[in-house]
Amino acid sequence: VFPASSKMPHKQPPRKQSINTGRGARKRDEDSGTEVGEGADEWAQSKATVRPPDQLELTDAELKEEFTRILTANNPHAPQNIVRYSFKEGTYKFIGVVNQLAVHFSQVGNLIPKDSDEGRRQHYRDELAAVSYQGSQESTKVVISETEILEEEEEPKESEAEAETEAGSQIDMPAAEAAEKVTEEELMTPKQPKERKLTNQFNFSERASQTLNNPLRDRECQMEPPPRTNFSATANQWEIYDAYVEELEKQEKTKEKEKTKTPVAKKMGKMAMKKMTSMESQSDDITKVTQAAKIVERMVNQNTYDDVAQDFKYYEDAADEYRDQEGTLLPLWKFQNDKAKRLAVTALCWNPKYNDLFAVGHGSYDFMKQSRGMLLLYSMKNPSFPEYIFSSESGIMCLDMHVDHPYLVVVGHYDGNVAIYNLKKPHSQPSFRSSPKSGKHTDPVWQVRWQKDDMDNNLNFFSVSSDGRIVSWTLLKSELVHTDVIKLKVEGGTKDGLDGLQLHTVGCGTAFDFHKEIDYMFLVGTEEGKIYKCSKSYSSKFLDTYDAHNMAVDAVSWNPYHTKVFMSCSSDWTVKIWDHTIKTPMFIYDLNSAVGDVAWAPYSSTVFAAVTTNGKTHVFDLSINKYEAICNQPVVAKKKNKITHVQFNPIHPIIIVGDDRGHVTCLKLSPNLRKMPKEKKGQEVQKGPAVEIAKLDKLLNLVREVKTKT
Amino acid sequence: MQAEVEETLKRIQSHKGVMGTMVVNAEGIPIRTTLDNSTTVQYAGLLHQLTMKAKSTVRDIDPQNDLTFLRIRSKKHEIMVAPDKEYLLIVIQNPCE
Repeated sequence: VFPASSKMPHKQPPRKQSINTGRGARKRDEDSGTEVGEGADEWAQSKATVRPPDQLELTDAELKEEFTRILTANNPHAPQNIVRYSFKEGTYKFIGVVNQLAVHFSQVGNLIPKDSDEGRRQHYRDELAAVSYQGSQESTKVVISETEILEEEEEPKESEAEAETEAGSQIDMPAAEAAEKVTEEELMTPKQPKERKLTNQFNFSERASQTLNNPLRDRECQMEPPPRTNFSATANQWEIYDAYVEELEKQEKTKEKEKTKTPVAKKMGKMAMKKMTSMESQSDDITKVTQAAKIVERMVNQNTYDDVAQDFKYYEDAADEYRDQEGTLLPLWKFQNDKAKRLAVTALCWNPKYNDLFAVGHGSYDFMKQSRGMLLLYSMKNPSFPEYIFSSESGIMCLDMHVDHPYLVVVGHYDGNVAIYNLKKPHSQPSFRSSPKSGKHTDPVWQVRWQKDDMDNNLNFFSVSSDGRIVSWTLLKSELVHTDVIKLKVEGGTKDGLDGLQLHTVGCGTAFDFHKEIDYMFLVGTEEGKIYKCSKSYSSKFLDTYDAHNMAVDAVSWNPYHTKVFMSCSSDWTVKIWDHTIKTPMFIYDLNSAVGDVAWAPYSSTVFAAVTTNGKTHVFDLSINKYEAICNQPVVAKKKNKITHVQFNPIHPIIIVGDDRGHVTCLKLSPNLRKMPKEKKGQEVQKGPAVEIAKLDKLLNLVREVKTKT
Repeated sequence: MQAEVEETLKRIQSHKGVMGTMVVNAEGIPIRTTLDNSTTVQYAGLLHQLTMKAKSTVRDIDPQNDLTFLRIRSKKHEIMVAPDKEYLLIVIQNPCE
């Protein structure tokens, strides 16, 4: 029979029965073991109990007496009455609290807690070595777990109970502690890469918590792509230049607008202009090709008349060297128009500004056959078609182009009217016209001439007519106002008419010319063959009279260089050159046919040309040959063709000749006709008007000497 | 205005030696022609490019300058091109007939 509790230090008689009752709360695993033991004992021995001899004999009542045994944690061996001497009171005193600690086992070990300094140091050293950190980790963990367990065991009952209760109720705490320790471990090893966490059930439990994640939602917004167009352009030097020019123009326009206060009229004009431009753009596109078409037409003509153009520019008749002193006229272009086919050329005039442009007036000299008139302007660049065409009811007898305003052409008609055409305006009607009210001539106007603008800057011109009046017309705003300057009277032509009235026979003026320098002086040729020198200021008296010709004077012309010399021609077959101070002519030339026109050359004071009705053109150079023409050439094809007018081109060495069939022929002067004074060796070639004047003077002096002698 | 231009073009066409005329717009598309379609298209396309090149050349050298016209003289005939702001006028002429 085993003693029930081997743990009881007191020697007590073993009690078989009711051992369990005396015990308090005892968590001993031996309880169940004891019962088994007892049970086994009972079964094993079925004998009667053997009393030992020294067993106490107790009464039943004594046997049933319960003795309580209390198990305490007090150390039975601990003294209960320890006294100590208290020096303060001087007596021995009982110590209240006695150490109940009973050490059962103690062994000095070499384990140190991890948290201690030495432990940390060691740990750190292990990390640095880094041999098998995992192993060290495990060992440290084991160390910790062992220390924990030891601590738990050694702790007093209460704390143990607390820990257990805590463990029972809150599972988190030890785990938290363990987790804390584990995390501390990990913090201490920052340099080591993350190792695999040892997750055992003792010190690690995976705790994860999931927060409520907001559901994600995609939000998209798509717009329509902006409209795209492809743009390509070149940026050349000239495109940049064009852009700059445009910009400049815009700026200038804005500046102008700011500066000028546009009156209503101007605005209207601009509006009209804008309308025009917009209209033009709307209208058929073909109108935009006008410029190009013009150029192409000229090019085509140039091709056709290529040789002519070449001759005009470059041909110089080499044969002139062998011709002694004579020259020739090389025919170049021929200008004609269907519409003016039967009309005679009545007037020719070169444009002062554009040297290739000339005007041709068409009309009729025949008194019986009077029809319409035409004004055509040709350019040498396009011989097949005129640049401008104007038609009129009455034949044009004369025309003149203004020097300053080369777009203004004044014409005189057979019916006595005068009109001004503006080339800038496209319509074929004249801008201004005289009428019977405004004092037109009663006879054909034979010559018109522009004058310088008067003091009010109004345009004015003169006209001479067979009705004996020389009229000055002024263009005031939009009207032609006339002023009779002179009335030509025939001297000695007064007759006594009825009732004692004196009838004056009126002279018929047929030609006039104004002096180049002396503004007021001009010459008038009349039908009677007289030439009067007149002044604008004196209306009744002539400055001088010359008995020039036997028939009507067809043309008078001052010398372009010499201020004293003028020339006249007439149907009496003669051309005469005068010095206006001398009553008799200096030179007289007989051309065997009625002379239609005579003209001085612009490049020399001694050269002039005369055209006759037998179709011949005569060119004279007084410095070479005083008595004969140096060129005498039939110009027109048919003999019946009368040449009516001749004009020199101011720049080029060509002349235009008009005939009564309506054709205009352009001729080039050969070098002999254009001779300049020969340079003497060692002397500079002098050019200019002075030379020309001197040249002519010399000739005149010769003649004068001859005259004075005779 | 329009009648004058039409007349001018007519005159050019009836001039001595002129084989054909055509008006080409800025993109090289013929607007008006007196020749047959295939020839016109060919001339228009080629000459348009050439004219642009010539114009570019002239202006690159001096931006203040501009091309007035272009003449190509070949054995058989002469092609004349007059460029305008928006149009091109082409005339083919045989000068020595």
